[in-house]
Amino acid sequence: MTTRPLLAARGLAVTIAGNRVCSGLELAVGPGECWAILGRNGAGKTTLLHTLAGLRAAAAGSIELDGRPLASFAPRDVARLRGVLPQDDSDAFPATVLETVLVGRHPHLSRWQWEGVNDIRIAREALVAADMGGTEARDVRTLSGGERRRVALAALLAQQPKLFLLDEPSSHLDLSHQIGLLDRLVSTVRADGRALVMVVHDVNLALRYCDQALLLSGGEALAGPASSLLTAERLSGLYGVPLRALAGPRGRVFAPE
Amino acid sequence: MARISAVPALVALLALALAVFALALSMGSVAIDPGSVLRALVAPGDDTQRAIVRELRLPRAVAAFASGGCLALAGALLQVLLRNALADPYVLGVSGGAAVGALSMMLAGAAAWLVSAGAFGGALASTLLVFGLARGAGAWSPTRLLLTGVVIAAGWGALVALILSIAPEAQLRGMLFWLIGDLSAPPVAWSTLGALALAMAAALPFARDLNAFARGEATAAALGVDVARLPWLLFALSALLTAAAVTTAGAIGFVGLIVPHAVRLVVGNDQRVLLPASALAGGALLLLADTLARQITAPAQLPAGVITALVGVPVFLYLLRREQR
Repeated sequence: MTTRPLLAARGLAVTIAGNRVCSGLELAVGPGECWAILGRNGAGKTTLLHTLAGLRAAAAGSIELDGRPLASFAPRDVARLRGVLPQDDSDAFPATVLETVLVGRHPHLSRWQWEGVNDIRIAREALVAADMGGTEARDVRTLSGGERRRVALAALLAQQPKLFLLDEPSSHLDLSHQIGLLDRLVSTVRADGRALVMVVHDVNLALRYCDQALLLSGGEALAGPASSLLTAERLSGLYGVPLRALAGPRGRVFAPE
Repeated sequence: MARISAVPALVALLALALAVFALALSMGSVAIDPGSVLRALVAPGDDTQRAIVRELRLPRAVAAFASGGCLALAGALLQVLLRNALADPYVLGVSGGAAVGALSMMLAGAAAWLVSAGAFGGALASTLLVFGLARGAGAWSPTRLLLTGVVIAAGWGALVALILSIAPEAQLRGMLFWLIGDLSAPPVAWSTLGALALAMAAALPFARDLNAFARGEATAAALGVDVARLPWLLFALSALLTAAAVTTAGAIGFVGLIVPHAVRLVVGNDQRVLLPASALAGGALLLLADTLARQITAPAQLPAGVITALVGVPVFLYLLRREQR
């Protein structure tokens, strides 16, 4: 591959509270690629995602964003290149949906600059893309869990990153929004040459959307093409639950035996 | 609930603050009409009215406004820092530390400036203690900070009770007034206003960062906010503001907790509007309270802290009910 990866890890070691999540990890996420991070609870998926995002320090190794060492970027420039959908965020204070989505424009504004008509247009488009159009005046604290998740996704879309790092994007979402929103996001990522890495628990969502997968288990990381890496045998071992591959409408799906 | 947008809200609050100033300068044992107040402020001369307005009422009004503004701004900053609407200088024990400092000085029979110095030192020491203990080995977590603050505040409360129980009868009234919040003899006025202006100037450049921080630390960090340094700024500014306020006006409660809340219900949680609006509203509230405190039971004077709560509680409950509809 001659194109420059949007995200690369070299010899990356990640530890949390003295436990190894992975070591010597080599990773290159190219434009248009979608990656899934899979593993059991507590395997360190979120920790790895946050390390790749530059939100926490790696134990060893280096990370490159768009061909440059992550450490050499100013935080604001990082935020214009990569966006993170955290597992959850805080709604401690009253705020409208539109205000909440506009927070995603933060890295695009200089210190004294206020959100302009262009930012508001981007935020509104993001709300429509997250199927939350028409809710912009509502208080976020009155929304359901799934609706809040969609507002958080809209804020991430308004940030317009090249690299999307998503922590369980499908959590709280009903089936139609899991499929609808990920369909839209993944097709945008592929069409625009952006990239996406998501922590996901649903193996079938990973198979449907991701061409590459990274399995985390017992301090070891295994990365490779999703089609060859995600086998019934390997996934059964990963989750400790016997899984069987079945023929689905778009190829294999996995179901517990 | 319909929000009021930024500029009209700030203009209205500024007008309100000026109106309360006019009221504070004209009301008192000698009533002076607003025209004469203006003349006394700007025109040269040295009649009695000028002396009353310039030397008695103006410093007290400035002290009240600045203290209220400091407390409200400190509350607003602490609420973002802890992402908790219940945070204020009181809950975190800052006022308690100031009270122990001030009351110890009173007990020792120290001069007025030492009482102020005690309050200032106590507020800073308490803030350092809370943040130092809460930081521990790892990073600050809002819950840990809040719990540490609550426990430290309880400790200060016990020390205050101890001082009150061993204090001679003659000092008790002065101590109680200090604890409730009293502006009858403000030791400093313009420097408190200076502290308010300084803190506002330091906080406003980071106001949009605070909007992101209010959404959670990970969200803010992902948006490029320096989440390692921002808490220190919030912490230092709220300590300075609280110390300045309690030094000037005693331990006035309620303003730091309720004013940012009430303002948030009206203008929303955009910190670029909320911070200046809270300072103006807090200042106007305490100034109004002190003016009423001087007037209602004249010639006797009530502590302003009694009035802030008596005026503020129904207003806050009204705003809260209005929001639920």
